[in-house]
Amino acid sequence: MTENELPGPDDEARVPRRVIGTPAQGTAVLGTRPATAEVETPGVTLPDPADARKAERTVTLLFFIAFLAGIAFIASYVIFQVGDIDSTGVSNAALGGSLTVALLALSAGVVVWVRRIMPKYNIVQERHEMRSDGDTREYVGKTFVAGANESGFVKHKMMRRTLLLAAAPLGLAPLVLLKDLGPLPGTSLRHTVWKKGMKLVVEGTGQPILASDFDSPGGILSVVPEGYEHDLNALAKATLILIKFRPEDLKAGTIKNWTYDGIVAYSKICTHVGCPAALYEQTTHHILCPCHQSTFDATDGAKVIFGPAARPLPQLPIGVDGQGYLIAQADFDVPVGPSFWERGDAEADAREARGNQS
Amino acid sequence: MIGTGISVNSITARRRRHPLARLAVVALALGLLGGGYAAAAPSDSTADAAVASGKADDVAEGKSLFVAHCASCHGLNAEGTSMAPPLVGVGAASVDFQVSSGRMPAADPAAQVPRKPLAEWVTPEAINQLAAYVQSLGGGPTRPTADMVDPSKGDPAKGGELFRANCIQCHNFVGAGGGLTYGKYAPNLNPATPEQIYEAMITGPQAMPVFNDSIITPEQKRDMIAYITQVRGQTDPGGFGLGRIGPVTEGLVAWIAGISFMSLAAIWITAKKRKRTSK
Amino acid sequence: MNETPKPIAGTASYLDDRLGAGSFLKRNLRKVFPDHWSFLLGEIALYSFIILLLTGTFLTFWFKPSMQHVIYDGSYQPLVGVGMSEAYASTLHISFEVRGGLLIRQMHHWAALLFVAGMTVHMLRVFFTGAYRKPRELNWIIGVLLLTLALAEGLTGYSLPDDLLSGAGLRITEGVAISIPVVGTYITFFLFGGEYPGEDVISRFYSLHILLIPGILLALISAHMVLMWVQKHTQMPGPGRTEHNVVGAPFYPAFMAKAGAYFLFTFACIAGLGTFAQINPIWLFGPYTPADISAGSQPDWYMGFLEGALRLMPSWEINFLDHTVPLSVLIPALVPMGIIMTGLAVYPFAEQWITGDRREHHLADRPRNAPVRTAIGMSGVTFYGILWLMGANDWISAYFHIGLYETTIIGRFAIFIGPAIAYWVTYRICLGLQRRDQDILSHGVESGVIKRLPHGEYIEVHVPPAEDIAEHMRGKKEIPIVPGDEDKDGIPPKGVRGPIGKLRAKASKFYGTDHVPLDGHGHDGHDEHAAVGASDKPRELH
Repeated sequence: MTENELPGPDDEARVPRRVIGTPAQGTAVLGTRPATAEVETPGVTLPDPADARKAERTVTLLFFIAFLAGIAFIASYVIFQVGDIDSTGVSNAALGGSLTVALLALSAGVVVWVRRIMPKYNIVQERHEMRSDGDTREYVGKTFVAGANESGFVKHKMMRRTLLLAAAPLGLAPLVLLKDLGPLPGTSLRHTVWKKGMKLVVEGTGQPILASDFDSPGGILSVVPEGYEHDLNALAKATLILIKFRPEDLKAGTIKNWTYDGIVAYSKICTHVGCPAALYEQTTHHILCPCHQSTFDATDGAKVIFGPAARPLPQLPIGVDGQGYLIAQADFDVPVGPSFWERGDAEADAREARGNQS
Repeated sequence: MIGTGISVNSITARRRRHPLARLAVVALALGLLGGGYAAAAPSDSTADAAVASGKADDVAEGKSLFVAHCASCHGLNAEGTSMAPPLVGVGAASVDFQVSSGRMPAADPAAQVPRKPLAEWVTPEAINQLAAYVQSLGGGPTRPTADMVDPSKGDPAKGGELFRANCIQCHNFVGAGGGLTYGKYAPNLNPATPEQIYEAMITGPQAMPVFNDSIITPEQKRDMIAYITQVRGQTDPGGFGLGRIGPVTEGLVAWIAGISFMSLAAIWITAKKRKRTSK
Repeated sequence: MNETPKPIAGTASYLDDRLGAGSFLKRNLRKVFPDHWSFLLGEIALYSFIILLLTGTFLTFWFKPSMQHVIYDGSYQPLVGVGMSEAYASTLHISFEVRGGLLIRQMHHWAALLFVAGMTVHMLRVFFTGAYRKPRELNWIIGVLLLTLALAEGLTGYSLPDDLLSGAGLRITEGVAISIPVVGTYITFFLFGGEYPGEDVISRFYSLHILLIPGILLALISAHMVLMWVQKHTQMPGPGRTEHNVVGAPFYPAFMAKAGAYFLFTFACIAGLGTFAQINPIWLFGPYTPADISAGSQPDWYMGFLEGALRLMPSWEINFLDHTVPLSVLIPALVPMGIIMTGLAVYPFAEQWITGDRREHHLADRPRNAPVRTAIGMSGVTFYGILWLMGANDWISAYFHIGLYETTIIGRFAIFIGPAIAYWVTYRICLGLQRRDQDILSHGVESGVIKRLPHGEYIEVHVPPAEDIAEHMRGKKEIPIVPGDEDKDGIPPKGVRGPIGKLRAKASKFYGTDHVPLDGHGHDGHDEHAAVGASDKPRELH
């Protein structure tokens, strides 16, 4: 349809007008088309009045439907109240349905109007090159130079230079004003709220965790620091996943001193771009980040085994308090979450520091 | 009878239903299932009690079922083989979850065993007997009572918070499921009965981790079941749900329905009539 | 009706007395607009934008751009008693407690998807027909800016409800921003008012989303329309259409009515989607917390290619001198977007340089007649499409039971191989279509009529194609080639000297050589084409 819709001088091309490669056919099927209607303006073909009258009926019907649907919209607003999920559904269907019908009928009506009641147009208008003619350009050029000279901007050097000088700090001013958008990073990215003795509590219930209760190998839990259950800024760095292993499952990458009875705590914040890496397969011991599918081996210090993350999930040193509740032994010794410019190879530094301690 | 129960439950999984109708159906389904189990253990007050105590004749019946349908992979004494894990200590809950959802007996070994229609012999009674047998082998998680998985007794809002904290990373916020590594996947939660959801949490089937009762209490599990069943039964007030999975299907609809419709409209508006009739 | 009705005439003269509007109307009332369905595609974006302004204003009456922690007590039962931000709670309020609120919110979101989709199809139409060529390069640049701004407008918009899904997008935005070398942490801290997520980002995005970005969009869209108006629309080749005229229907009344009808269609389409297709059901997603994430979290479609790029990337990261350059974030976040947007922006100028063509073009090319351009375009579309697809690789994996890693690994190869294949295939298709045109022009079309000749032979009668179709085909224009041959002293012409000049001459020959000239002799190179465009007589069957 797309290529066939160009206005052609003749629509009777479907009949052979001239047969190529055969003896000439004469004029029987060729025929030049007789001028259709009396054309008043060149390029404007008026529609057949009978057809236009027929089309008018269609358009009228469509506009009337639009009118009724518009009324129905207003009525629906009054009739259908909202306030719970089902009544909202009904209200949405009634309001939206009537609006859609009204708009569709209106648009269809206008299209039929254009196509069958308005004339067919094939008007030709000249284009002109975008560029101005030479005289104009010359005049503008001269005027510019004259104006510049008259203003004295060229001649009075001190004035011009001080004006530019004055503009410079004022141009910078808006940027300066943006400084208070936020504090400077400082070392805040290197710490979380975890500290020695802080209890691990279950995300969603806030209950502390007895190590002896978390006793099913293959278990996992999303854990947050006590006292920060609803502090999103703290959670964005401090959320943990707690996994219970059979002690023999743990490999060298996991720091054994930092586990308790086969329970290991890793940062839940992916080292790629910070999604919670929370998807845990107990059969393969894989931790998978649902955002970009970085995969970490939970038995082996959460080292990366697939995907775009470049670093393991940091491990948090945990232990138990006097009553047997799980607590943190310290903060993470590397920054959690996505990499940033000032981070450096914090893992290497941390390894060195741990080596010095022992 | 379990056939009826399952088909009724698959209706509850559909979304565009009146919530009362849905609740009624859930209640009916639970009644059918519970009633089925009760009827299957005529000499005892509840089926669960029978399972927990491992009633002798159930255990014996269960053993013969086990030998007939399970032993080829799991070994004659459920000791496990190279093809399948041992079942000593997995508990009755595990048996009910795997068998009532049609996962076991598995058709063929694959990365993950899918839910499928139940085999002919799988009746509530047969499940009870199998469960009693496996329970008798070495204990393990027992099946929840009907009360423990009654969604109407849970608090969906509290359950929702726990659901978002612990489940959606694999099963998606509307329980639509999702992909895991090496061909495994987290299944869609819609066909799962409340009892199966509970059992999955305490037994950790396949790749799923375990959420034991001392950490996520039975009441909290019931809250989660309440949230899952309420949300999956709820109407979509904004029209068709598009699988409720968010931007992926929305984007497809915007392109396939939206842009196609607008292109057709453009073609209609600009098309020249090539008919010769109206001359 | 023989004269202007009194009220209209009165108002008109009142305005004309004060504004001199008459002479403007005299020039423009009958301004001619060429007719082709694809010329309307850009209007999808224009009208979606108008609908976005209207529905968006409605939403601001109830939306509270605040990250204040509140306990929900509205009418959506499964969230009652849950802590959430005021932004999320007010979005729930709009959805469930304002009559028509859900409809308008859904229409706003659908309009946003159609806005960018409309821009995309419009841009592809302009690209593949070469309508970006002189004098329209500036308008093309405005278009590229509009597309980029639309992405920013979309991102700042869908983040506002502060639900768990959009929050994941925000988190990824933060992860990308913080990965930028040297200034990344500062940018993040300034954007979020401190550490992520802070308490400011929703209200800041709100200002950007409802004031700054739409303001710029509105200004650029106006400029886009004015330039289109002043330069007059391009037209498809056809009978009576030349580089120096424009053939079609007048603005008043025909084009006005058509445009009006198309606006109503866009409105109806968006209202229909808002009624029958649920979008962004934030009540199912839950309030945002940085501790949780859902499987299958995707951004809106227009951000999908960035998401896909992030998923494809292997884990590269450089550490040196206590600093970190996370390439596994930087490359996917910046490179594909850079390739696509920069590529689009410089294309008209690169093409001008390669072809040396500084003429004005008002007749659009049929895509087949500029095979290299079309092939480059399709190769770009494939590049984008693969990234886009990979943004949903977890759904592909889950629904088609392909391993998750396999989809990623396939994608890593496909992103390089796919565009190359697309280039080659498109190029061959273009040449094939050109050959068909050539065939139709020289041999005519099969009429389906079998004839018996006097000596007994049967032939199928071929008839010349309809005049308009033939004219459309004969509208093929040669693509100029910069003269690269050395003169008799062995000195190449100016402009193709030196290594870059040689490259240019080579590229030009590659870009412009017509392998299927319409005169049917083919493979003669560039020099003999001068007469091709002019040969408009139907040829006899050879």
